[in-house]
Amino acid sequence: MTTFLGMPRVAPQPATAPEDPLRWGPDFPAAAHETLANGQMRANLRHATHTIRDKRLRVVSELPDWEQLREAGAAVKHQTMSHLPELLVQLEEQVTARGGVVHWARDAAEANKIVTGLVRATGETEVVKVKSMATQEIGLNEHLAAEGITATETDLAELIVQLAGDMPSHILVPAIHRNRDEIRAIFAERMGDAPADLTNEPRALAMAARSHLRAKFLTAKVAISGANLAVAETGTVSVFESEGNGRMCLTLPETLITVMGIEKVVPAFRDLEIFTQLLPRSSTGERMNPYTTMWTGVTPGDGPQAFHLVLLDNGRTKALADEVGRQALHCIRCSACMNVCPVYEHAGGHAYGSVYPGPIGAILTPQLTGMGTRGATDPHDPTASLPFASSLCGACYEACPVKIDIPSALVHLRNRAVESQQRRLLPTGWEAGMRAASAVMSSGSRFAVAARAAGLGRIVAREGRIAALPFPGSLWTGVRDLPAPPAQPFRSWWHKHRADGAARPYGSPQPHGSPQPHRSPQPHRSPQPERSPRPDGSAPRDGAPGSGAEGER
Amino acid sequence: MRVALFATCINEAMFPQAPAATARLLERLGHEVVFPESQACCGQMHVNTGYFREAVPVIRNHVRAFAPVLDGEWDAVVGPSGSCVGSVRHQQAMVARREGEDRLAREAELVAARTYELSELLVDVLGLTDVGAWFPHSATYHPTCHSLRMIKVGDKPLRLLRAVEGIDLVELPEAQACCGFGGTFSLKNSETSAAMVQEKVRHVVSTGAEVLVAGDYSCLMNMAGSLSRQGTGVHAAHLAEVLASTREEPWSPAVLPVDRTPATAVPAAEAGR
Repeated sequence: MTTFLGMPRVAPQPATAPEDPLRWGPDFPAAAHETLANGQMRANLRHATHTIRDKRLRVVSELPDWEQLREAGAAVKHQTMSHLPELLVQLEEQVTARGGVVHWARDAAEANKIVTGLVRATGETEVVKVKSMATQEIGLNEHLAAEGITATETDLAELIVQLAGDMPSHILVPAIHRNRDEIRAIFAERMGDAPADLTNEPRALAMAARSHLRAKFLTAKVAISGANLAVAETGTVSVFESEGNGRMCLTLPETLITVMGIEKVVPAFRDLEIFTQLLPRSSTGERMNPYTTMWTGVTPGDGPQAFHLVLLDNGRTKALADEVGRQALHCIRCSACMNVCPVYEHAGGHAYGSVYPGPIGAILTPQLTGMGTRGATDPHDPTASLPFASSLCGACYEACPVKIDIPSALVHLRNRAVESQQRRLLPTGWEAGMRAASAVMSSGSRFAVAARAAGLGRIVAREGRIAALPFPGSLWTGVRDLPAPPAQPFRSWWHKHRADGAARPYGSPQPHGSPQPHRSPQPHRSPQPERSPRPDGSAPRDGAPGSGAEGER
Repeated sequence: MRVALFATCINEAMFPQAPAATARLLERLGHEVVFPESQACCGQMHVNTGYFREAVPVIRNHVRAFAPVLDGEWDAVVGPSGSCVGSVRHQQAMVARREGEDRLAREAELVAARTYELSELLVDVLGLTDVGAWFPHSATYHPTCHSLRMIKVGDKPLRLLRAVEGIDLVELPEAQACCGFGGTFSLKNSETSAAMVQEKVRHVVSTGAEVLVAGDYSCLMNMAGSLSRQGTGVHAAHLAEVLASTREEPWSPAVLPVDRTPATAVPAAEAGR
């Protein structure tokens, strides 16, 4: 008999399925305020992202031609985007010629309607699903549920998210914010056929999901998948996965419906050699993913006998029209960028309020929702905050297997956000500040005056630091001190330095109250200069730090 | 060689010790340093916040201030900041072009090609790693994101630091992680930024180093501000300050913390040799 200590709470987040999977939260700072307070999530995330990060680095460093592979991947994507309309038509012709049916969906509503119609036509009310971002993006499961069709996610992590009534927080490992205790609780509470003695052992959890899903695979007549790639040249569609659930869904049912973003097409079959190397190493840190399924139309007597390919636009054409932003369409959904992103690591995927979180989400989501493309952006549109949710550290760009320059795209989208903001009548505080700063910072003499004026900040400083400022300065001083501005701005030092014609360390010819290294009880300035490093090696005091023979004049 | 000093606006106003140290270091190495008085800012803050149009006059002013390098008036331009040099190199021309200023863009590119971050100038142009510095402190080095990933200085700063006499260089865990500054990011997303800097500070403190060194005072302002608030007693110094420090004119802390470290500012052990 063990003492029952209670179960970790299963907290769905958000509580109900969002209406718009690309825009379901408040803006980033507000959402991050919530997620940053979730210590459990941050610990889970830190552990998981660091593990994947290290694995990726190991397998990437094995390849001597990794940089060339990235170049090749980027080049194929660039070529694809330059010829997207022709390639899509070619894909349609090839899929059709090989017994598949191609459908075109302008947006989420149209795609959902097409898929619902196709499932209805089979007379089935239950479908199995292979993990797919495109169907997440259009909220397909919720739509099907409203139409009386039950969709069961068969990827382990996706199943966890679905059972918890959760939203994914990562595109590859959507339950990354959950630990095994939470997962055990979710299974025990929601799976229906979980063993009574289920433990939090990874193997036990996986086996419980396996037997739960096995029954679904063997009875399902319809499967729905996404696609990692589709080859225009041959009409071949491909899914890369690790668990084998995909293979089950793609081969056992009678009808297969694949929803694919139009940007996933590649020109030639040979291009696959690039992505079969780039994708697994970047995403799961594996040399090769365990299951790569490829199918070309319909093969009599083998696999699904009805195949439908739904080509989804949903904002992609709009993104394609933006010559800087369009590189977001190069994304192969590997998730390397979120695994290395410090903002993602701390704030978590839910802070982005979109099924596409992390750095790529920050440039993809606002483009899919059409931020700033025409007229003014609604200032309350949370996706307009996403391009600002980055410190521009560049770790994402470095990790991206197809070399998407995410920092540059972020800056570009910030500009788009600002420009659309400027089309509104009322200038914001930022606006006014930036205009004023532009005037000051475009002239050496105006700037020199401002720099001297900044010295007035010393009035509020105590012991060389400013510990509290009113808003918006409080955003800084909430957790950090601000050094007091120097009494002597650089130009004053420089002029003195020139006049002296000798090397004078920055400090002060006149005592100026610059911070004293370690003399707390001392009054703020010491009039007598220290003439050289002191024999005990301690720092010279305020005044003329180590100014040697120059000393004070 | 004649070198024009691109002090950077934040250094000029808040951290004059960095450009001052850069000037003294280069002069000590026998070079002539010039400070073009019409310089102000490179435009990075405007660009990174999305205000491209407002950035153009700032960029134009910068390009004009340093254009004499194209006529051979100076041999090079040096800036003690990875992110400002990065902005000059990767953003100025792009923004000018976007705003229809093609001539400005071309000139910006030419000036950028002659503009170096301090460690680049020392190692790549002057061929130096040992600059004859003396810095008798334990120190840990944070490679700022833009120096690392935008202008890719690689291990140049570390090679310079390793050659400094008396320094006890301690490796910083997870050194390549961003400190969370990100310019206006630290205000627009202040809570996320705070979480990031707290993590960085935890690693800095774990090294036991007395001084945190980096090549960018903007990032240092962020980290030093947090180190100070948490009362860690760890000082901050720019790479230029470390390299300018000699027995005759040793470094002394110029920014935070100012009063919390009775024992660590300058150790007695190495002294007076």
